[in-house]
Amino acid sequence: MKTAESAPAATAERPGEPDSWRIGSLEWLAVVLVLLLLVRDRLAGWLSGPGLQTWATVFVSVMVQAVPFLVFGVVLSAVIAVFVPRSFWARALPSHPVLAVPAAGVAGVVLPGCECGSVPIAGSLIRRGVTPAAALAFLLAAPAINPIVLTATVIAFPGRPEMAVARGLASLVVAVAMGWLWLRLGKAEWIKLPHRPDLDDTSKARAFWAACRHDVMHAGGFLVVGAAAAATINVVIPGAWLQKLAEDPIVSILVLATLAVLLSICSEADAFVAASLTQFSLTSRLVFLVVGPMVDLKLISMQAGVFGRRFMVRFAPATFVAAIVVGTAVGTVML
Amino acid sequence: MQAVVMLLLGGAVIKSTLTDTFLRYVKEGLRPFLLGAGLLLVTAAIMTIWYDLRAARGDRAPHDHTPHDHNPHDDTPHDDAPHDDGHGHGRHELRVGWLLLAPVMALLLLSPPALGSFAAGQSGSIGPAEASDYPPLPAGDPVQVGLLDYAGRAVFDGGKSLAGRTVKLTGFITPGPDGAPMLARMTLACCAADGRPIKIGLTGAPIDAPPDAWVDIVGVYSSEVGTDPVNQAQLAYVDVKSWQEIEEPTQPYE
Repeated sequence: MKTAESAPAATAERPGEPDSWRIGSLEWLAVVLVLLLLVRDRLAGWLSGPGLQTWATVFVSVMVQAVPFLVFGVVLSAVIAVFVPRSFWARALPSHPVLAVPAAGVAGVVLPGCECGSVPIAGSLIRRGVTPAAALAFLLAAPAINPIVLTATVIAFPGRPEMAVARGLASLVVAVAMGWLWLRLGKAEWIKLPHRPDLDDTSKARAFWAACRHDVMHAGGFLVVGAAAAATINVVIPGAWLQKLAEDPIVSILVLATLAVLLSICSEADAFVAASLTQFSLTSRLVFLVVGPMVDLKLISMQAGVFGRRFMVRFAPATFVAAIVVGTAVGTVML
Repeated sequence: MQAVVMLLLGGAVIKSTLTDTFLRYVKEGLRPFLLGAGLLLVTAAIMTIWYDLRAARGDRAPHDHTPHDHNPHDDTPHDDAPHDDGHGHGRHELRVGWLLLAPVMALLLLSPPALGSFAAGQSGSIGPAEASDYPPLPAGDPVQVGLLDYAGRAVFDGGKSLAGRTVKLTGFITPGPDGAPMLARMTLACCAADGRPIKIGLTGAPIDAPPDAWVDIVGVYSSEVGTDPVNQAQLAYVDVKSWQEIEEPTQPYE
């Protein structure tokens, strides 16, 4: 599949004249579609190995699962970007950035959705003049502490409601801490939002649909990269390996933190996966639940796309470390 | 152009929802959301095409709504040049958007099958959960029982609520650690990425169905209990009286 797609992608950037590529890329699309139809049976044959087949199933299922959240997140972010006036945010959030960070973090509670939707929304918030630190706190908090995710956590750990409480608390602390850290150390030039003249369109409706189209193509494309990576990890790591790593308390925390990044499970589902990792300590599973919605392969890919690579290489590792430290501390005290 | 990709993505999502193919990948509860998202994608594609056509016909210059990177005032140098980290936006966006064709084609042309014995062999079985009480099985001879329900009753209830009953279990065949066939069914918490198997050992009548074949097994409680070498979970056994191959159910997960 992937090799088939890289061909048109490479050609799309080559033609120089602005108007010629457009016809060119549409023709390429038609050619690729016809070719794929022709080799369809052979393609199915290549994918008949059980490992590859499982890869394809997991890849498609991550995409299918994410599409509703992506689309609704994109629509909400387009509404923010086009219809909500800048003055609204100035009134809604405390004017002082230090106070705006926790306010934005707590605001994440009301947005039920998983992380795929919150990346474009955070991009829109920054674009509309919300201080980046607050938008980042929202980005980190929204997928982890909304009611759906916390309910799923309660259900996944029957008889241990403190797991959901610890998760909400640790996630909120990490989100706010990262926001404040950004206020102290962050540099505005690290965030490089794509230039978007379409958002200033005089026709609101036209700007709205242009924003939807852009975000679906953009965030969606990076989601594909992340889904492919997650499917690969899913197929490559056999469950038996994890068994051996669960014995040491510190190693198990690091292993589950890394696994959360690699598996890229939706925040609404990760509690069930954590519950199933019974050989690991509760604290290490809490770290899994705190890291997962904040740093994972598909998020890293989407953040690089929406905020720029310079932002991503600093933000993702810092969040990863903060999530491990806070998750471990909260887990040690509460669990 | 981007509109075509969105149209295909929306169409693929709607098609897999209407044909129940989506049940191979996610939970049934996602159906309305998938339909809604698919319709929104199609609408966005149609609106994009409509504005593109209007822009192509009339006022091109000021509000050109064709995609970014051939919009002259989009590539203003002051935005890109100072810190170009290889993340140019216009082309980047376009290039990465092409990747959406991968899941679209996979959905429309291949429709990958539901998770089967490969996935079941790779992860450890869900250990049956201990429930406070096991209500009597519903009427029926044989009575259809879920694999997880059966495992719980067999392992923790000592088969008390299964005594004297003939049960029917539906799942697919997966090779056990010793090569003997086991019955398995995957469960999803959210999507196939978190799919986990429930495995049940088979004794009694021999089964020679190939791996991944779906079977109905009619049998009775067996006191044998094994462990899954992958995660040391307890495995229930069933004493097979008869079995037959069946078509894969519409809802392949439990």
